[in-house]
Amino acid sequence: MSEITKLTVRELARAMEAGQLTSEEITAGYLKSIEQNDEKVNGYITVTADMALAAARAADKARRDGEKAPLLGVPAAIKDNICTKGLKTTCASKMLWNFVPPYDATVMEKLSAQGVPVLGKANMDEFAMGSSTENSAFKITRNPRNLDRVPGGSSGGSAAVVAADEAPFALGSDTGGSIRQPAAFCGVVGMKPTYGRVSRYGLVAFASSLDQIGPLTKTVEDNALVLNAIAGYDSHDATSVNNEYPDFTSGIGKGVKGMKIALLKQSFGDGISGEVKSSVLNAARVFEGLGAEIVELSMPSLEKALPAYYVISSAEASSNLARFDGVRYGYRSENYSDITELYENSRSEGFGPEVKRRIMLGTFALSSGYYDAYYKKALQMRTIIMEEYRHIFESCDIILSPVAPTVAYKIGEKSQNPLEMYLGDIYTVPVNIGGIPSLSLPCGSDADGLPIGMQLMGRHFDEATLYRAGAAFEAEKGAYHLERGAF
Amino acid sequence: MTYKGYEMVIGLETHVELKTDTKIFCSCPTSFGAEPNTHVCPVCMGYPGTLPVLNGKVVEYAVKAGMATNCTIARYSKEDRKNYFYPDLPKAYQISQYDLPLCEHGWLDIESETGTKRIGITRIHIEEDAGKLVHDDEYGTLIDCNRCGVPLIEIVSEPDMRSAEEAVAYLRKLRAIILYTGVSDCKMQEGSLRCDVNLSVRKIGETRFGTRTEMKNLNSFQFIAKAIEYEFKRQVDAVEKGETIIQETRRFDSVTGKTSAMRSKEDANDYRYFPDPDLPPIIMSEAELARLQGQIPALPDQRKREYVEKYGISSYNGEMLTGQVEIADYFEAGAKLTKHPKVLGNLIISEIFRLLPQDSADIPISAANMAKIADMYGEGLINSGTAKKLVNRLWEQDADPAEIVEREGLGQINDREKLAAVVAEVIAKNPKSVEDFRKGKLQAVKALMGQVMGRTGGRGNPALIQEILDAELAKLR
Repeated sequence: MSEITKLTVRELARAMEAGQLTSEEITAGYLKSIEQNDEKVNGYITVTADMALAAARAADKARRDGEKAPLLGVPAAIKDNICTKGLKTTCASKMLWNFVPPYDATVMEKLSAQGVPVLGKANMDEFAMGSSTENSAFKITRNPRNLDRVPGGSSGGSAAVVAADEAPFALGSDTGGSIRQPAAFCGVVGMKPTYGRVSRYGLVAFASSLDQIGPLTKTVEDNALVLNAIAGYDSHDATSVNNEYPDFTSGIGKGVKGMKIALLKQSFGDGISGEVKSSVLNAARVFEGLGAEIVELSMPSLEKALPAYYVISSAEASSNLARFDGVRYGYRSENYSDITELYENSRSEGFGPEVKRRIMLGTFALSSGYYDAYYKKALQMRTIIMEEYRHIFESCDIILSPVAPTVAYKIGEKSQNPLEMYLGDIYTVPVNIGGIPSLSLPCGSDADGLPIGMQLMGRHFDEATLYRAGAAFEAEKGAYHLERGAF
Repeated sequence: MTYKGYEMVIGLETHVELKTDTKIFCSCPTSFGAEPNTHVCPVCMGYPGTLPVLNGKVVEYAVKAGMATNCTIARYSKEDRKNYFYPDLPKAYQISQYDLPLCEHGWLDIESETGTKRIGITRIHIEEDAGKLVHDDEYGTLIDCNRCGVPLIEIVSEPDMRSAEEAVAYLRKLRAIILYTGVSDCKMQEGSLRCDVNLSVRKIGETRFGTRTEMKNLNSFQFIAKAIEYEFKRQVDAVEKGETIIQETRRFDSVTGKTSAMRSKEDANDYRYFPDPDLPPIIMSEAELARLQGQIPALPDQRKREYVEKYGISSYNGEMLTGQVEIADYFEAGAKLTKHPKVLGNLIISEIFRLLPQDSADIPISAANMAKIADMYGEGLINSGTAKKLVNRLWEQDADPAEIVEREGLGQINDREKLAAVVAEVIAKNPKSVEDFRKGKLQAVKALMGQVMGRTGGRGNPALIQEILDAELAKLR
């Protein structure tokens, strides 16, 4: 039984299929792990033990009745910005401390249709704004690899609970690296799918043109299995793409022979730690050893992605978060005498400093007289970046780069310096600007044993190739989390 | 219209609710008058995480309105967010169109004092309606979100109008065209047609525009005319006194007939428009445009031209008859049955319009019976007073008017001798009126005329009576 939480999604599914385990046993095992470990990790905002067990028993019954969905009975943690019907969804904000959605996000409907019990809602940076999960209004999540370190963010809770064996998989959201960077900091696997691959319906919007939901898992194969379950067109999301998608596990085991993998000159410049750089370059050599061709290329506008990202994401956020006004749901100040004061005080008291900073930034960028200089210019930069990606992918299958310039830093180390924090997103945001998919997976560790992540970026809608390459690396070097275990 | 050497310059912004079955971004019903907050869902309530998906019918309807008003239809347009805080706007932004509207550069023709006048249409764009605030003495201000997300088109005219009459004529024409295309029911009372008036004044001969004010949500043609006339004089008087006109939004009080300032430009929001990232651009294919063009029916001007050419009806009356498609259909049905279609047109305008409530086209008299009244009147078998009485009676209960005339002996008296006898009698019995006439009081003739008509039971041929009376009185002069 104590081994249950060591198993992968694939192994859990097989064990249930073989009648060796029930979902109830698995779910109870994870709930016990949460009970034992989450006091240290603080990965969950809400744990839903009773609901999870009831769903697990229903999954077991469904299996007895012949149901065979791939994730049937495998429990999950859900980032707390994904709406769950009847279950508090706070976005780690005082503003939504009591908000219970009246509907399920499309990804939740899909997981629920597969019979996935929800263990709880995972901590995050408030409204997904941040890179360390220190911006949560409720608690600071600690990195299970080293409890003094941040788990990354904004999906820090999702990454931490997977790394701490408090969930076999989790859903996160990625607007500028919020799945990939915590995955790298915590030594797990995270996928930011192609924009439009997974429905955003029910994901509380941060930056609508950049947000994507994706899985965090212990292994590459698990990740592909979860993406299989949540991907696809949704008539409730006009930006979801109506195309067929393959079985994302289909390339796993086929190796990387003949693949062309690009290293971008701009991804190894100033600011990157020596250990991260050499670890990622080592990974390139591993791929080369497996038969891939490594090419060095230049992407001149890559460094412009960061300022473009902060303008676009903040601009969209300033509009998306305007609905939190204290009128219909969420936090309302007790101190007001007219509607303007109700707005001002509810928002001043309900939002944390980072969220306010982005709202101010975005409001400014969209203001009359500044629009052309900031927002419009950022959109132009976005077009250029997309064009440069398109050009690179004419000759290459994958771009390999670091996820973050450093390993997980200490709690409190950067929280007083937002600009330094923003610079940590330099390798992840271009992917969201370009709308391309990117898989983050561990490629080594530093001298202190902290995990280092790499990301494999691909063509629009070509997640299968990324899983194929990631799985080949994992097969060669071992899955980081399985090798080391939690803590 | 001019005042103290000034003219007014008017442009109108008209909001029209489209009568799609469902809302613009969700599948809630659009019907009017439901219990508050029953036609709502997480999407139109702006709940966190929800997303808008554009209702294709809204685009079709807006394009039809654009085609019917001679607009160029954009092959590529997009939706933008207009950001502002207000309790009736759940997302704190309205999805509208900013720089790439669906339709642009259109026009329509109105009949004005100086003949036909062309009014430019700057643009037509689609947007969502906001909710409604209900002020309650007990509970304070309540929000009804049923209207949130009801599809609207905003039709912006060029500043081409120079009088209240022209503004009203434009609105009537616009309403007629929209009604013909069937994309809205244009009921001002229910708010499905709402109008904001932009008005400025300038000295006659001046080509530059003055500073304009905006009057919001005027909900009847009568109020629009009154508001325009008041605001015109107010601005001219202010300018004459050396005051500066402030660009501001003004409220019209229908009780006092006056306008007053609501908020000035300085308080105006910076709406921070930007393209809505939740919605892909709207692409119109040539095939789709051709399909929609094929669905545009014969429009008021086309039918009006037919009436002018075929029946000799005046352009002005043609405009009146084609204002509502049901009225035009009614007229055309009756016109086929009468030898006097022009008379029928006049009867509809003078008698039917007198009885019809605003926004209604529900006529309880069959077109065939109206045609019979027109025939009898046109042939001189009944006089105008009888025609009016018949319409009033048939309005209460429809029946064959010829039978009523026959049965009740309402036929017109055209017998000259009979009428001459009555005239002689009336002159004899009204020496006072005759004396007044001699002193030059023309009113006296009318009094005598009334006496004669009264003695014929209202059935005398008025032209004939007038002729005999004039001749008799001439003898007495």
